[in-house]
Amino acid sequence: MKFGIVINEGPYTHQASDSALQFTKSALAKGHEIFRVFFYHDGVNNGTSLGVPPQDDRNLPNQWSELAEKHNLDLVVCVAAAQRRGMLDEDEMKRHGKEANNLVKGFRISGLGQLIEAGIQADRLVTFGD
Amino acid sequence: MEDEGVVKKFCYMNRKAPYGTIYALESLEVVLIAAAFDQDISLVFADDGVYQLTNNQDTDGIGMKNFSKTYTALGDYDIKKIYVEKESLEERGLTADDLQALKYEDEDDDWAEKDSLFVVGREELSKIIDEQDVVLSF
Repeated sequence: MKFGIVINEGPYTHQASDSALQFTKSALAKGHEIFRVFFYHDGVNNGTSLGVPPQDDRNLPNQWSELAEKHNLDLVVCVAAAQRRGMLDEDEMKRHGKEANNLVKGFRISGLGQLIEAGIQADRLVTFGD
Repeated sequence: MEDEGVVKKFCYMNRKAPYGTIYALESLEVVLIAAAFDQDISLVFADDGVYQLTNNQDTDGIGMKNFSKTYTALGDYDIKKIYVEKESLEERGLTADDLQALKYEDEDDDWAEKDSLFVVGREELSKIIDEQDVVLSF
């Protein structure tokens, strides 16, 4: 089956990202396809490179990044939600004249059309939120 | 694009109050983008989400943008199936009269103005949701 994944909450405060990560890993292990993972609302914060969680805790952005590299996943952060919350890649940093960018490798920033497309293309769109 | 021809039933569930959290506003942003994709769109307002459609919203005191008028423009985006759960209204002491009038112009009927807002009971709403291909809950 072809899944689309939507994550609507940020890391750590809510379990949504953990559950989505575990679901995605399990789906891949069972041979399913992940069409796209789309990060919306505070979910965009799962793409930050600036988090420094305690050493004995999990690093969710890095785990997503590693999973993306291993399985060639398409991790998309919503541009409008990201701009509000200070999530920028290098292009967005330059465009808005900001001093830094903070998107973890393996994520990309794009529009809400990517969410709708995931709904159209995937057999199931599974939402992880509050 | 490659999506051409595929029409799925998309349902956008709105369950939270318009202010206090960003879910209502960002849900509306998704719906406005989605309208460009020629899919079969339904909107559902239930739980505190029914407050999103109320009349006479005034946000002056809380420093937030009042985006309630945007809902009245949904008809221009060809969004004409907007379901409000009857029980959610009743549980909050609201009636359909407390909601904004949402209309669309029917191109197949000489652009006659028609209602796009339907108050439906919980049971009927569950059937409507069951018919959907994609449900996005905000």
